[in-house]
Amino acid sequence: MTDLAIILTIGIGTYLLRLSFIGILGDRTMPDWAMVPLRFVAPAVLAALVAPAVLLKDGAVDLSPVTNPRALAALVALLIAWKTKNVIAVIVAGMAAVWLLQALL
Amino acid sequence: MTDSTRRAGTVDGARAVAPLLIGVIPFGLVFGIVAAGSAVGPWLGGSTSVIIFAGAAQLATLQLIDAGIAGAVVIATALVINSRHLMYSAALAPHFREFPAIVRFTLPYVLTDQAFAVSIVRYGDVNDPVYKQWYFTGAALTLWITWQISTVVGIVLGAQVPASWSLDFAIPLVFLVLLVPSIKSRPDLIAAVVGGGVAVAAAGAPYGLGLMIGAVSGVVAGVIAQRVMR
Repeated sequence: MTDLAIILTIGIGTYLLRLSFIGILGDRTMPDWAMVPLRFVAPAVLAALVAPAVLLKDGAVDLSPVTNPRALAALVALLIAWKTKNVIAVIVAGMAAVWLLQALL
Repeated sequence: MTDSTRRAGTVDGARAVAPLLIGVIPFGLVFGIVAAGSAVGPWLGGSTSVIIFAGAAQLATLQLIDAGIAGAVVIATALVINSRHLMYSAALAPHFREFPAIVRFTLPYVLTDQAFAVSIVRYGDVNDPVYKQWYFTGAALTLWITWQISTVVGIVLGAQVPASWSLDFAIPLVFLVLLVPSIKSRPDLIAAVVGGGVAVAAAGAPYGLGLMIGAVSGVVAGVIAQRVMR
């Protein structure tokens, strides 16, 4: 499968998900058994994207600030995200933390 | 009358999303920088901003393609990430029903988390379908244009950034900023902890299915937690 074909398929699929109830399913309301799981998609997916990216180093969990400064830097970023919800502050603090740890340790 | 309603709707929609652009612009820049360094190539990678127009799914798509994951898994993962749009579509459908047919088929293309969030709040206070249509249009198009411009700027910047800057670390940081406000209840927190934990444990899963296994486990955990706690 070419990269373009993958991207186009995702684009069409995403459009159909957005169109679903507005354009196709019309008056039908979504049953609860379908609606309830969708509420948890955002926290579950986002955590599944973040956790491996910051906790794993070469395929194994590594929390050492020396060999994997990203874990500690992510913890700093998490605290700032929790306190401020400010994207720029989180990115700046997280990047600064990772650079500092890389330089110092 | 209608003209002024259109204008008022468009301007109000654009104004409502303006504060959210502070979050959208850095996300778009990061995405553009990632696209610039992707094996997909900067312009095909960047074109996902037009073709897919959903930041988290775009980032995941490029990451998975770069990791050499099979196309079917990349597609399935991206669509799981975007499945939340079903929920937005269901919530907006009663309002969009009053719009012209052509609009009902074109406007969903620009549906995003942010456009949904501001519109559904405003729709609680107004009844005029013309105003509603242009409010959504103003909000969604403002986001679309901002996303395209920040993607292109990111691609241009990305070509200049050396790898030693660890800028790829900005990707989980952006996801982190989106993750924190998505946790509004204890079941949400359980969905996140299980989703993240299982994704880490399943990172070595074949075909690059780790992300999807984690995400689905998190959703199931959230549903169970909500049942138990009710």
